[in-house]
Amino acid sequence: MKEISFMLNDEPRNVQVEPNEILLDVLRNKLGIKSPKCGCERGDCGACTVLLDGKAVRSCLILAVEVENHNITTLEGISRAKLSALQEAFMEFNSFQCGYCAPGIILAVTELLEKNPHPSLEEIKESIAGNLCRCTGYTPIFDAIMSLTGKGTK
Amino acid sequence: MKDYKYIGKNVTRIDALDKISGAATFVDDIDFGANLLYAELIESTEASALIKKIDISAAMKVKGVYKIFTGKDFHNRFGLYMKDRYVFAQERVRFVGEQIGAVVAFTPEAAKSAVALVKVEYEPLPAVLNQMDALQSDAPLLHPEVENYPRVPWFYPKAGTNIAHWRKTRKGDLGKGFAKADVILEDTYSVPRYAHCALETHIAVAKFDHSGRLTVWSSSQSPHTQRHLFAEALGLSHKDVRVITPYVGGGFGGKAGVTMEIIPAVLATQLKGYAVKLRYSREQEFTNTYQRLGVVAKIKMGATKDGRITALEHKLYWDAGAYVEYGANVVNAVGLSASGPYCIDNVSIDSVCVYTNLPPGGPYRGFGYSEMLFGLESHISRMAQQLNIDEVEFRRINAIKPGDETAYGAKMNPSGLQDCIDKAAAAINWGKKPVSEDPTKVIGQGFAAFWKAPAMPPNASSSAFLKFNEDATINLLISGMDIGQGYQTVMAQIAGEILSVPPAKIRVETPDTDRNPYEWQTVASHITWSCGNAVKNAALDAREQIFSLIHRVYHYPVDVLYLEDEAVKCKTDSAFILPLQNFVVDGIMTEDGTFKGGPVNGCGMFMPEFSSTKDNPETSQGGHPNVHYTVGAAALNLEIDKETGKMKLLKVALAIDAGKAINPDLVRGQITGGLLQGLATVLYEDMRFNEKGKLLNPNLTDYKIPTAKDVPEEIIPIIVEVPQPDGPFGARGIGEHTMLPAAPMIANAIEDALGIRIKSLPITAEKVALTFLQEKAKQ
Repeated sequence: MKEISFMLNDEPRNVQVEPNEILLDVLRNKLGIKSPKCGCERGDCGACTVLLDGKAVRSCLILAVEVENHNITTLEGISRAKLSALQEAFMEFNSFQCGYCAPGIILAVTELLEKNPHPSLEEIKESIAGNLCRCTGYTPIFDAIMSLTGKGTK
Repeated sequence: MKDYKYIGKNVTRIDALDKISGAATFVDDIDFGANLLYAELIESTEASALIKKIDISAAMKVKGVYKIFTGKDFHNRFGLYMKDRYVFAQERVRFVGEQIGAVVAFTPEAAKSAVALVKVEYEPLPAVLNQMDALQSDAPLLHPEVENYPRVPWFYPKAGTNIAHWRKTRKGDLGKGFAKADVILEDTYSVPRYAHCALETHIAVAKFDHSGRLTVWSSSQSPHTQRHLFAEALGLSHKDVRVITPYVGGGFGGKAGVTMEIIPAVLATQLKGYAVKLRYSREQEFTNTYQRLGVVAKIKMGATKDGRITALEHKLYWDAGAYVEYGANVVNAVGLSASGPYCIDNVSIDSVCVYTNLPPGGPYRGFGYSEMLFGLESHISRMAQQLNIDEVEFRRINAIKPGDETAYGAKMNPSGLQDCIDKAAAAINWGKKPVSEDPTKVIGQGFAAFWKAPAMPPNASSSAFLKFNEDATINLLISGMDIGQGYQTVMAQIAGEILSVPPAKIRVETPDTDRNPYEWQTVASHITWSCGNAVKNAALDAREQIFSLIHRVYHYPVDVLYLEDEAVKCKTDSAFILPLQNFVVDGIMTEDGTFKGGPVNGCGMFMPEFSSTKDNPETSQGGHPNVHYTVGAAALNLEIDKETGKMKLLKVALAIDAGKAINPDLVRGQITGGLLQGLATVLYEDMRFNEKGKLLNPNLTDYKIPTAKDVPEEIIPIIVEVPQPDGPFGARGIGEHTMLPAAPMIANAIEDALGIRIKSLPITAEKVALTFLQEKAKQ
């Protein structure tokens, strides 16, 4: 066991972790952060996506010890004050169905819009190509994002 | 048409805030404290074998292991429609991945390490890995005792064979029908198995407490059905079994009925006081839950030169897997409906459910109709070609109309099939296909019509409790599952419309069988219709209580009262406006200071009392097994690279008759989602088994489901509304149907573009390119 400290949703946290423990398990089981989901345990599905220093990463492929002194943001952090414009757009366009992939996809797109506020449809597709959604057919997700970039029509 | 306030409106989903804020709770998000045990399964490595010995000695030495259970500890049999499964294998395994036992440990790591140390000795038996082999007279029998299994009265197993059920439907005179035909076409089509791939894997946590009550938290489409099967298998009273089902991370049929959930439930009874969790890995999700059944379909169709189908012979042989307790009903459903959405005078259908040494087949969005329609709608397109009639016109000529007789003799319900066909064709400019500017590419147009009925027992029912709160908000207690389709929102819209309460003021929670009233299951695309009727009845019950109270206190006749803007109003006295929040809990104070009334709680239920499965087993005539059909049609423009076979979906239109779209945006959501799931079964997905029955691609790297980059360039969702007379506000289900036309429509477009006919799924780029090359070589 090793104690690590890092910023979680803008709050300093310390936690004891095993050297082989993945970030996803530590967030969910030791820190009570439940929005990142496990869908495949091998980086295929993107349901466990979190932001590491603003970059979308799969928390099932990252060891907890690696985030020492870094910033981790999850959907809980994004939602704390008020919903983001992206979350509002997801509500308006029904960009989710079962909701299992939504936390990961919202974080992946949050990173995209941070870097590129006016992405093309191709860039949007590329940014979430690693996040699987089995319910929506993705189109309502594109619509929500396009509505924010001024290029979309409902 | 009546002007509604909430029905037919794009009301915001009432689960939206939960799901986009990260607050939505799924089973694995619940903490169970220090008394939690983790179960891991000991799984068969053989497709067919006797278990000679299970050595757990090394596994028991792993630190943290608590107990190990096998088939010797539990002999409970279970199953939804036919009890052919055991919780743990009893001396014999029938597919690779079948559960032989479970290790229970204090950490998941200990459980996993111990499972690897369990030694199972097998005596291999011959295995049958496809249904055509299993039908041979000398094929090894999977279930020699099949005829003795308890089952529903509409299943007909054949003793001494691998046939678990055989649905026969006969109408008219097939010989005469073919004699009248000018063109007869006969061919065979095949469809492999597919996986649901819900993003959340199966999970269940069970606790048998010291008072002797069993609580199971599960990711399920079927809380009450699970409670019933647990009670039945374990010999417990229903009141002592409680199933709690939080949000479900995708179902698609895979989480209907009972599969792995019974394992922690049974284990818990021997682990009193502990909670036992079983969470499937992605690999287990592929190998030991339901899979979509494979099928080989032989079709012979005859038609006159003016385009009238005179006869259809349709034989479907299903690869149903090692246990068919649910899958046999897929076979049954198709056996009744394999005429497709056409009125044909002479029909013979044989739908045969065959045991194989592969994982259990079961419900998957579409319930067999996707598989059946691949052959039938391919065949329709080819018949039209041979008759030299446009294939859309050929469908129009034969499309079933309201009042027409189905193959089993019941009358067709009101439906807008012609309208769907016309609108889908018009949306892509049928007959005027674009020409690719790239000479290496060619564009084809494809079309398919579809129908599907809910497959359910004749007495499948729904019920609803509706409780008013002090501020006239409502808690609606129902037991269907919002598996993503938007069920909770639609139910709130129905209650809200009748009671004049905005859906945003109605809370619908996920079910708990202790508190929420009975619902059969969230399957069959029947929930909007069935539970919608129950909710409507509960709201009407509450309204009646409100009006009767107002009558008692203010003496207005009940028939002049109405609800509007969360208040009671009176047609004959416009000054009378009584807000609901003034009285729906506290009652109304009268002149002497006493109160009349009290909390308003509505109650409603629905059961289709006209439905019956009682029929002649040789013909299927005489019953009314299907409550109604939902119909539709789809069309697409498909661009194909002639060299690589790579396909691009340029424009896809899907028209569906929703009866009444209670929330049109949610209907469109089902179209965009279901369509892509269907297209993927054609273009990307395919379960590959080796010669020993082991699945070769049990992960999302090798079993490709579509990503954001695989979406058609344009999707045109079209809603048609011919009301269902017994539906809430005319609504009928549409969820599964949006998958149905994908496969034949693509096969038809490929023939249109390249002149090649592909008769087996999937239709990958590789298969298109190779088939095209072979055809060119022949010329």
